Amino acid sequence: MLKVDNLTFEVNEEGRKRCLVNHISFEVKDGEMLVITGPNGGGKSTLAKVLAGIEDANGGEIFLDEENITGYDIDHRANAGIGYAFQQPPRFKGMTVKKMLSLAAGKELTEAESCKLLSAVGLCSADYLNRQMDGTLSGGEMKRLEIATVLAKPHKVSIFDEPEAGIDLWSFSMLIKRFEEIHKEKKECLILISHQERIIQMADKIMVIEDGQVKEYGTKEDVLPTLFQQKTGRMCGQEGGTC
Amino acid sequence: MVQVDETTQGVLNQISEGFEQKGAYNLRQNGIPLCHGDSEHIKIRKKEDKPGIDILIDGETKGEKVFIPVVVSVSGMTDLVYNDFYVADGADVTIVAGCGIHNGGCNDSRHDGIHTFHVGKNANVRYEEKHYGEGNGTGQRILNPVTNIEIGENSVFTLDTVQIKGVDSTIRTTNVVMDANSKLFVLERLMTDGDQKAESDIEVCMNGSGSSAQIISRSVGKGNSSQVFHPKAVGKNKCHAHIQCDSIIMDHAQVGSIPEIQAKHVDAAIIHEAAIGRINDEQLLKLRTLGMTEAEAENVIIENFLS
Repeated sequence: MLKVDNLTFEVNEEGRKRCLVNHISFEVKDGEMLVITGPNGGGKSTLAKVLAGIEDANGGEIFLDEENITGYDIDHRANAGIGYAFQQPPRFKGMTVKKMLSLAAGKELTEAESCKLLSAVGLCSADYLNRQMDGTLSGGEMKRLEIATVLAKPHKVSIFDEPEAGIDLWSFSMLIKRFEEIHKEKKECLILISHQERIIQMADKIMVIEDGQVKEYGTKEDVLPTLFQQKTGRMCGQEGGTC
Repeated sequence: MVQVDETTQGVLNQISEGFEQKGAYNLRQNGIPLCHGDSEHIKIRKKEDKPGIDILIDGETKGEKVFIPVVVSVSGMTDLVYNDFYVADGADVTIVAGCGIHNGGCNDSRHDGIHTFHVGKNANVRYEEKHYGEGNGTGQRILNPVTNIEIGENSVFTLDTVQIKGVDSTIRTTNVVMDANSKLFVLERLMTDGDQKAESDIEVCMNGSGSSAQIISRSVGKGNSSQVFHPKAVGKNKCHAHIQCDSIIMDHAQVGSIPEIQAKHVDAAIIHEAAIGRINDEQLLKLRTLGMTEAEAENVIIENFLS
């Protein structure tokens, strides 16, 4: 279980403090899926980075099961059971896909194990295992490989930052299926940052973040009906819309 | 089989993976040929006029490996050797060279290997060269290889060099002349640390129509070490070349990269790219989210960058 209590992250912009994560609290139980959504620049990715330890919180606490991991750095959090898929994964010159997957799994993977992982994200292992994770791969391919690195071993909490971004429709279906499987197993907490309706529909809980604050948080049944109204309003509304 | 001492065997394990005293091979130790063997298609002959050997590879050679390791384990020695490779038309061969210096004394040890390749037509040559230094002595470990390559029509030459560690000073000189439709692939990997110095000059002349060259140089500079790369591609005919130099700089190291391209024909297409920078922070973060410490992540990045 992940419990986040009053989490705050501020940055200093030209002498002014700006709160990107503003006293956010929530809980994700084992086997639950939380989908975080909301407008661009609202603080979703920053929250994910603070959870993974990439950014240091200015206040609040994070508990993984009963363990307070607030003071843990990135690798300690990873070893405690936090998995994190980057929104924009970095490229590595000289690193093969096979090597990266083995590093992610924490053991040398067999060809069959690597193949299973790549299939889950819609890639054919024969085409990719010996490819380098450099500029020769497209953004969509990198994104799928990034997701595979998090699927490579079990975590207590897996965080995926916009997993659907840059992924074609066919691979997206494969990905959804994989998330559904993990969700059905009810072992891991899943946190997905997404704007995709199909992903939002899978959630047990939905959190809407805007301006660094929780605007709405609750079960899918509670949040979903109003969410789409809001989205419609924001996207197309002639009165008070942002576009 | 000639018995080799423990130090020599240790160095051989680093520079010449898979080496055995069978088939075609020549082991040079402290300036003298210790043992050698021929195979049906590859013959090794000692030079009469100067130190070194001629390696004669006939056109029937198909997928064979020839090992020519050099070990210097005496402090204060300067070993100069001339090795000439004659690769007949149609041959397909892998040459595994490598030089390791064990210097346990206070005097400098140095090996200068002058290698010349005469490659015929339609041949496929892969040349692997590993350089390595070890030993607790204060004497320097110096390697200054010169590699001259003539590639015949329709032949492919792959030059794969790596300086693993422990070499205090190196000046590498590589000259390549290419005939029509020949192909050259160069992968140079180098790491320096402490006060080590490395220089690498590569000049490729694409004389033949349809020739192509790809030169990839990857290096890591640590400590107070310094490196300078000067790859040069000259297109004298319809040809294509791509030079790519990437370096990771750490600590107080200094890295210089001076790619040079010259087109002397309207259909010569030559590209160069060079980049020097510290280890990418995003790469470090990614590996740390997999559970590695910063130091472990750095090692993984460097190891793969140079792989």
